[in-house]
Amino acid sequence: MTRLAWIRLAIVLGAFAALEWLVQSGRISTHTMIPPTRMVTELWAILASGELTGDITQTLGNVAIACLLSVTVGFVVGAGIHAIPRLRRALDPFLTTYYAVPFFVFYPLLVYIFGMNNLPMIAIGFMFAVVAMIINTLNGLDKIPRVYDKVARMHQMSRASMALRIQIPAAAPNLFTGLKLSVAYAFIGVIASEFILAPGGLGYAIAFAYDNFDNETMYALMLFILVLVTAINMTLHYLEQRLLRRQGF
Amino acid sequence: MTGEIHAHLTRVTRVYPAVAGNPPVHALGPIDLELRRGEFFAIVGPSGCGKSTCMDVLAGLAPPSEGEVSFEGNPIRGSVPDGVGAVFQEDASFPWLTVWDNAAFGLRRQGVDAAEIRRRVEYALGFMGLRDFAQAYPAQLSGGMRQRVCIARTLVLQPRLILLDEPFGALDAQTRLLMGDELLRLWRETGATVLLITHALDEAAMLSDRVGAMSARPGRFLETLETGWPRDRDSSMLEGETFGHITGRLWQLLRSESQAAMGHHPDAAQGGTRREAG
Amino acid sequence: MSRSSVYAIDIALVVLGIVVVWQLLHMGAGDVAISSPAATALRAGELLLSDAFWPHAAETGLALFYALVIALMIGLGVGTLLGGHRLSGDVAEPILVALYSLPKITLYPVILLVFGLGLEAKVAFGAIHGVIPVTIFTMNAVKNINPVFLRTSRVLGMGPMQTATHILLPATLPEIVSGLRVGFSLTLLGVIIGELFASHRGMGFLVMRAIGTHDVTTMMAVTLLLAVAAVLIASLLLYIDNRLHRRV
Repeated sequence: MTRLAWIRLAIVLGAFAALEWLVQSGRISTHTMIPPTRMVTELWAILASGELTGDITQTLGNVAIACLLSVTVGFVVGAGIHAIPRLRRALDPFLTTYYAVPFFVFYPLLVYIFGMNNLPMIAIGFMFAVVAMIINTLNGLDKIPRVYDKVARMHQMSRASMALRIQIPAAAPNLFTGLKLSVAYAFIGVIASEFILAPGGLGYAIAFAYDNFDNETMYALMLFILVLVTAINMTLHYLEQRLLRRQGF
Repeated sequence: MTGEIHAHLTRVTRVYPAVAGNPPVHALGPIDLELRRGEFFAIVGPSGCGKSTCMDVLAGLAPPSEGEVSFEGNPIRGSVPDGVGAVFQEDASFPWLTVWDNAAFGLRRQGVDAAEIRRRVEYALGFMGLRDFAQAYPAQLSGGMRQRVCIARTLVLQPRLILLDEPFGALDAQTRLLMGDELLRLWRETGATVLLITHALDEAAMLSDRVGAMSARPGRFLETLETGWPRDRDSSMLEGETFGHITGRLWQLLRSESQAAMGHHPDAAQGGTRREAG
Repeated sequence: MSRSSVYAIDIALVVLGIVVVWQLLHMGAGDVAISSPAATALRAGELLLSDAFWPHAAETGLALFYALVIALMIGLGVGTLLGGHRLSGDVAEPILVALYSLPKITLYPVILLVFGLGLEAKVAFGAIHGVIPVTIFTMNAVKNINPVFLRTSRVLGMGPMQTATHILLPATLPEIVSGLRVGFSLTLLGVIIGELFASHRGMGFLVMRAIGTHDVTTMMAVTLLLAVAAVLIASLLLYIDNRLHRRV
C-alpha cells in the first residue's frame, strides 16, 4: 500500500474511533447513534441469521439489472446521438440538465402504474444511470483524435472494423467512467426507491427499522451499504487502473 | 531516378462548400504536380495555404473539386489506393496497443499470415530504432518516438508512395533534424516516392530532390526548385553553402506569402499578427 | 436560415417530441395511470394560481436555497484548503469520490434523528448532497491554477488579498460554477427525497399526498412544475458556465 493509502485508512479509522468515543462517552445520545463496534457486531448477527439474505439479493439483483440495461442502452443511444450532430446539438442542453430533474418524483407514479414490485425500482435505477452512460459515451467519442479517421481510411477499414478496432478502444477510458457512474447511480436509484416505497430490499429494511425505532438494525444496515458500495467502487477503480494505466490515463 | 511519372495532380482545385452562413472556402489550386518515381518531393508554404489539402487529395482522403488525380496510371477518386501510405502531423499512435501491435495494425487488417507479420514488424521496428521498445505503450515514449511508431506502422505495408504531412511539426528542432536523417535513410532503403509537406524551409531544402513553394490560400505553386543533392545525403548538408542558397531562395518566394497568411499586406510595417479568419 | 434559428427549431422539436411521447403513453396507459399533457398543464396552471400551492413551493425553494448556500460555503472553504495543500488533496480526493457515489439516502434517518422532522432536516440532507461536488470542483480548480499566474502576481508585487480577488477567483470561477451546477442538481435531489420520505410540507410532500389520494393529474402537475423549474435554473447555470469557460 502506498503512503497515501495508509493516511486514508488512518483517517477513516480515526473517524470511526472518534464516533465510537463520542457515543461511548455519552456526548452523542444512544437514541441518535450507536457505537460503530455495536454496528459491526449487530451486522454480523444479522448476516449470520440470514434473515436479510432475501433483501440483499433483491437489492443487488435490481441494481445489476438496472446497470446492465443502462450501460447497454446508454452506449447504443450515445453512439447513435453522436452520429447525428444536429440531433446531438439539440439534445445537449437536455442531457446536461437531466440530473437537475429530481427523478424520484416519478417513482410514486411508476409504483402506481407497474404495481408494488421490482419494475419501478429497476426503472428508477435505469433512468438515473442511463444518462451518465450516454454522456460519457458522447465524451469518449468526442475525444477520439480526428486523425484516427484518416488512419482508418488509409488502412481501408470498414465502418464496423473502425468502430471495433479504433473507436471503442479509443473511447474506452470514458466508457469505463460511464460504467462506474452507472453502477453508483443504479445503487442510489434502487436503494432510494426501496427507501420511499417498496416491497423489500435493503433500503426498505432501513426505513422499516427507522419506523420501528430499531437503531441497531438501522445502523448495521447502513454500515453494510456503505461498505458494500465502497468495496464495489474500489474494485471498479482497481480494474480501471489496471486496464488503462498503461495508456497513460 | 528514372523520371517516370509515379503520381500526378492535374488542374486540381479543392473548394470546401458553404456551411451555415459561412461562404465557401477555396482552399487549393488550381495546381499541377507530377511526382517522379522514387523522388523526394517537398511542399513548403505558409500556414493554411492548402498543403495538407493537397496531400489529402493525393491520398484519396478528399476528392478534388475539379481536376484529375492519378497514382501509377490509375485515377484516384476519393478512395485510398493500394500502395500509398501516410503519416500525419498529429500523434496517431494508438495508446491502447503496444509499439509492436501498433506496427502490426495494418497487416492484421489485411489478414497477412503471422510469420510474415512478425518478419515485417521486426524489420520495421529495427529500422526505426524501436526494437527495445516493442512491448512499451506509446504513453511511455517521447513525441519523436511515437512518430517513429506511426512511420513503422506505415512502413510495414511497403508503400510505394509515402505521404508525410508535417510529421515532425510537433518536435523540437534538433530532434527534427535527426528524424530527417532517418527519413532519408528510409527513402533510400525502400526506394519509395516521398512527398513531404512542411512549413520548415530548412527541412524542405535539406531533405528533398525538388521543393515546391506554395502561395497563401488558395495554394498554388509559385516555383519548383531542384536542389541537386546526391541521393546519399544527410543533415550535414546544413554546413554547406548550397543549403543557404536554397533556403534563401525559398524565403524570397514565401516571405510575402507568409505575411499575407498572417493578415499583413506584403512589405507593410510590422504590426499586429491577426490570424486570417476561417 | 441562420444557425441560431435552426438550433431554436431543433430544441423546439425535441420538446415537441417529449410531449408526443407523453401523449402516446397517456393514450396507452389511460387516465388512471398517466394524465394527458394538456390536462397536466391545465392543473399546473390551476396550482400556480391557487393560494394553497405557494407555501409548499416556498418551503422547497427555501430549503433548496439554504442547502445551496451551506454546500457552497463549506465546499468552497474545504475545496480551497485541499486544493492548496497537495498532500491533503491527494489523500482526500478518492475519499470524496467514494462519498460522492454512496447512496446518501441511507443516511437520511440519521439526519431525522439529529434534526427532527422539518426544514432543518431537508436543508441538511440537501447540503450533504451538494457539498461534495462543490468541494471536488473547487479543489481541482485551485490545484490546477496555472503557476504562471501566481508567479505573475508575485512579479507585480500583489498582496495576498489582491491575489485572491484578482487572480485566484477569476481563474477558478469557471470550475466553481461547474461545481455549483452539479451541486445544484444534487442538492435539489436531496431536498426532494427528504420531502418524499418524511415531511408535511413542500413539493415532494404534495406528490406523496396526491399519490395517497390517487390524484394522478395533480401528482404529475407538481412533477411537471418541479421539472420545468429545475431545468430552467440548470439551463441558466449551464449558460453562465459555458460563457465563463469560453473565456478561458
